[in-house]
Parts: sequence; structure tokens; C-alpha cells
Amino acid sequence: MKITQHSSATTLTLSLDGELDASSSVLLDTELAKPETLQFQKVLIDCQKLNYISSAGLGVFISHLQQFQDAGVKLVFFNMQEKVHNVFEILGLDALMTIVPSEAEATAI
Amino acid sequence: MKNALRISCSRNNLKVVRDFVTDYLAAYHLADLQLNQIVLAVDEVVANLIIHANAEDESQHLDLALRVEGEMFGIEILDQATRSYRPSSYQEPDLQEFIRQGKKGGMGMTLVNRIMDRVEFTTSGNYNVCRLFKRIAI
Repeated sequence: MKITQHSSATTLTLSLDGELDASSSVLLDTELAKPETLQFQKVLIDCQKLNYISSAGLGVFISHLQQFQDAGVKLVFFNMQEKVHNVFEILGLDALMTIVPSEAEATAI
Repeated sequence: MKNALRISCSRNNLKVVRDFVTDYLAAYHLADLQLNQIVLAVDEVVANLIIHANAEDESQHLDLALRVEGEMFGIEILDQATRSYRPSSYQEPDLQEFIRQGKKGGMGMTLVNRIMDRVEFTTSGNYNVCRLFKRIAI
């Protein structure tokens, strides 16, 4: 799992590359737990190169969501592969998370 | 095609297990979604056995064996942990509550139960045995 990030004044974008499992999810947790993350209005997760996600990866997002909401930070996923989206669907998380097809739509939220 | 694998109880081996299942099933040309679901279900059980049952003790091992009979995929996973999973302890997760609590875990077995057609946890002698079955379209 490789995580690259870029930011503007209001938006932090994390691009995930690889497989997010019980081993690699620790990296993502560390990124999302940084206090400066809560300074942004939006955190966008680019999933184009995310090839796999397990419950451990989902758990990282779930564990930060309330804190993001309390701080007024929107968490938005985009460019998600069908097989990754399917994992969100199996649990019903697609109804609780904001997932949009493209970066343009994520930016427009 | 290799149908058996032994790994030590390190979460670094989760990728090894996923590749093992993927390689074995390559011959059956499954749709991407179904292949990913099966790999995910196996990964979830193996992660639980490594992290919770065996406390990531690398001196402990898991033995995995795969087979396809007819249209049924099956996997058997053996370990010797003193703590074994009790399916009767399973509770459907309340995801809204998980979000409110900032909870990280507790969804793995839900994925397994929703993906696989049959999920069994038994003990046999000193071994805990998990068997997962999924009907596949061949």
C-alpha cells in the first residue's frame, strides 16, 4: 500500500495505491489520525489504484468518520473500482459514506 | 495447481494467502467480483485467526487446503490456538453505532457470513477447523 497526498487550502487528497488489509491499514490510520487532517474542509480519497480492501481498511475510515463529521470535515471517496465498491455494498456502507464516480464530482461536493 | 499452504501467524502473510487463493481459482475463470469476494472472505477469517486467536505469535501456524468439487469451492483452515471462535457469539453489527463509537473492528465475520454459502467452525483433537464453502459459476 502506498499513500500519496496533495492538498489545497481547503482540501486534502489521499491517493491509495495497492491493497488495504489488516497489515497495511495501519499506514492509512496514521495518516488520517494526524491532527492537521481536521483543518481541511474536505478529505478526498482517490481509489483509482486501490485494488483491494478488507474490513480492516473499512474500519479505519469508520473509526475516523465521527471525528471528521464533528469537525465539519467531509470525507469523500472517488474513482472506486467496482470490486472495491462491492465490499462497501455488502456491508451497506455505501449508504453511510459519500462515494462519487469522479474527482470532478468529489471536488464539487 | 498447489492446493495447500502453511503460513506462520504474521499479518504479513495475508497477501500470501490472497495470492494463493487467487492463483488456485485462476483455472476457473470467475468473474472479478466473485473472485474478490471469495478472496476477501478467506482473508477475513485468516486475519482473525492470526490476530485474535493466535495473537500474531509467529511460532504458530495456519494450514490451508483448497478444493473445488463440482461447482462448490471449499477451503479448510486449521490452527491450534487455545482460543477458538464461537459462531454463537456472532452479532450483526450496527454500523451507525460503530461510526458513533469510532470502532475499527467487528465487521469481518459479517462479510464472511454474507459472502459464503456455508461457514463452519469446529474443533477436532487439538485443532480448530474452519470450513468455508461457496457455490461458483464454472
